[in-house]
Amino acid sequence: MVRVDGNGNGTSLIRVRNLDKKYQRGSEEIHVLQGLNLDVEQGDFVAFMGPSGSGKTTLLNLLGGLDVPTSGSITVAGDEVTAMSAKKLTGWRARHVGFIFQMYNLIPVLTAFGNVELPLLLTRLSKAQRRKHVETVLDLVGLADRMHHYPRQLSGGQEQRVAIARAIVTDPTFLLADEPTGDLDRRSADEIMELIGRLVHEHGKTVLMVTHDPRAADRAHAVLHLDKGVLVESAGEAPRR
Amino acid sequence: MKHLHLLFANLKRKKIRTTLTIGSFAVALFLYGLLVAIHGAFYQGVELAGADRLVVINRVSLIQPLPISYRDRLLQLDGVEAVTHANWFGGVYQDEKNFFPQFAVDKDTYRQMFPEYAITDEGWNAFLADREGCVAGAALAERFGWEVGDRIPIRGTIFPGTWEFNLRAIFTGTRPQDDTSQFWFRYDYLEERGPEWVKGLAGWYTVRVADPDRAAEIAKAVDRGFANSAWETKTEPEKAFAASFAKQMGNIEFLIMTIGTVVFFTLLLVTGNTMAIAVRERTGELAVLKTLGYPDLSILTLVLAESALIAVQGGVLGVLAAKAISPGLAKALPGFSFYLPPADLVRGVGLALAVGLVAGLLPALSAMRLRVVDALRRV
Ligand SMILES: Nc1ncnc2c1ncn2[C@@H]1O[C@H](COP(=O)(O)OP(=O)(O)OP(=O)(O)O)[C@@H](O)[C@H]1O
Ligand SMILES: [Mg+2]
Repeated sequence: MVRVDGNGNGTSLIRVRNLDKKYQRGSEEIHVLQGLNLDVEQGDFVAFMGPSGSGKTTLLNLLGGLDVPTSGSITVAGDEVTAMSAKKLTGWRARHVGFIFQMYNLIPVLTAFGNVELPLLLTRLSKAQRRKHVETVLDLVGLADRMHHYPRQLSGGQEQRVAIARAIVTDPTFLLADEPTGDLDRRSADEIMELIGRLVHEHGKTVLMVTHDPRAADRAHAVLHLDKGVLVESAGEAPRR
Repeated sequence: MKHLHLLFANLKRKKIRTTLTIGSFAVALFLYGLLVAIHGAFYQGVELAGADRLVVINRVSLIQPLPISYRDRLLQLDGVEAVTHANWFGGVYQDEKNFFPQFAVDKDTYRQMFPEYAITDEGWNAFLADREGCVAGAALAERFGWEVGDRIPIRGTIFPGTWEFNLRAIFTGTRPQDDTSQFWFRYDYLEERGPEWVKGLAGWYTVRVADPDRAAEIAKAVDRGFANSAWETKTEPEKAFAASFAKQMGNIEFLIMTIGTVVFFTLLLVTGNTMAIAVRERTGELAVLKTLGYPDLSILTLVLAESALIAVQGGVLGVLAAKAISPGLAKALPGFSFYLPPADLVRGVGLALAVGLVAGLLPALSAMRLRVVDALRRV
């Protein structure tokens, strides 16, 4: 069960308590997250929605250990992420988080294979083991035959599938996706959402996704809206914008 | 080094720019190589000078002679082992611009005084047997295509007439830097054919002392011995003599070195700037690597290694080109021998590497300090 009231029981995989994030822009202070609570369990698929500037990316960055909150805590699988040093956080990200971006963010000089292999280079796997892992996930995302293509030789949908393969190749604890279909046409977007759905249902992945697209959000177990710095459930009572 | 392929992929990113950057490193290091060779040419005499040899010249100036009788008096001095003498001939071979030094040497002692020059016994005996014989250094013989047995006409400028010599031997240097552009012929022939005034006069003496540590002391003793005579002497260790000779050319050398150094550093600045741009363009990708969990140190190393790799490739190309071309410099500046010692080649590549690292350091540090969230927001 996904909860936003801060009363989750001890079983949640991801537990966020009183998360606060303020930005200073000149003399102006922007209070983006204001005491946000969240509980996500293993295998959940959560969609975050909200108007532009409501803090969705900010929340995802905090969950992924890319940024530190002004106050509050994030605990993932028993590790308090918000208490880690920058160095420890780097290692934690490599082991526990898979990132999927709107703009794919592939390295243009590496092939699909090279891009997917990148996170594995940080592990102790042998070359042969790495090859096997990469081939497995590229096959999973349906790109086994595009292994040696460069990003510029792929369509946007294919690039995003490579990016998803890169995110799951280390079998991270959870996946974070920031508008994964934001730059794609309808058909490609559907394919990507289909793939993410399979990752959740067939492979038991935990996915937290930001999206503007209600069709995409429909596939999630829970749709949460960022409103005035906190999350609210979209059980009809929260208006959809 | 699992990331080697990423490194090479990055180099191939902008092939033209990488090539040009490597090229400008190559040009800078080529220039460095030439400067080292030129500097070496000016100072080789100093480095190669025998520590156990003194040069005795006329106190008034190098071109004033000394009596031949000094030879025996020098030999009698305590600590002196051997003495030889030579005269400057100053002749012209075919054309004024074909300059090379010609020495009229004492055939009985000259070869033993300069063991750094290798001559076959056969060749030297042929020289001893021919009054009109001469010996040429290997570089000189090669420059004019001379072979043993050739007859070489030299027009005198100090001594009238055209003198013809028979080339009896070619000497080589035992060290790569040794000057083999000299031409030796026999002093007894100069005395016989030359004008009356040259008889009984030597241009300068070279003295070998038994103990190099006493060289300075013996030099003083020599000058004291000839003080208040009609032909006072000025005696210096060969090293000091070569150094003061090099100093006379110092201004030219200073000019060459200054211009060269300025150009060198300009190239380096340009190169450093190119690297900085290359890294800045890649901010987004570096941020992605950090997102994936690449440690700061890996990012730093990756950027530095790329910069170093470019620098070393260019550096190696540059010094090799300089090495290849330096013997050819002798044609442009006859009388000098240009040689690039291996140690200087290595130093050159080391210099390129250092510059590559310095040029890469700032971009690498900023890549390392990059805040992922800010960088990702920008892309
Ligand atoms: N580094 C920063 N400095 C100052 N303000 C920032 C910074 N990062 C984000 N903000 C501000 O915080 C607010 C939330 O930004 P965020 O990117 O999280 O919004 P978002 O919900 O992801 O919007 P979008 O749907 O457009 O992606 C915005 O007002 C933004 O301008
Ligand atoms: Mg956003």
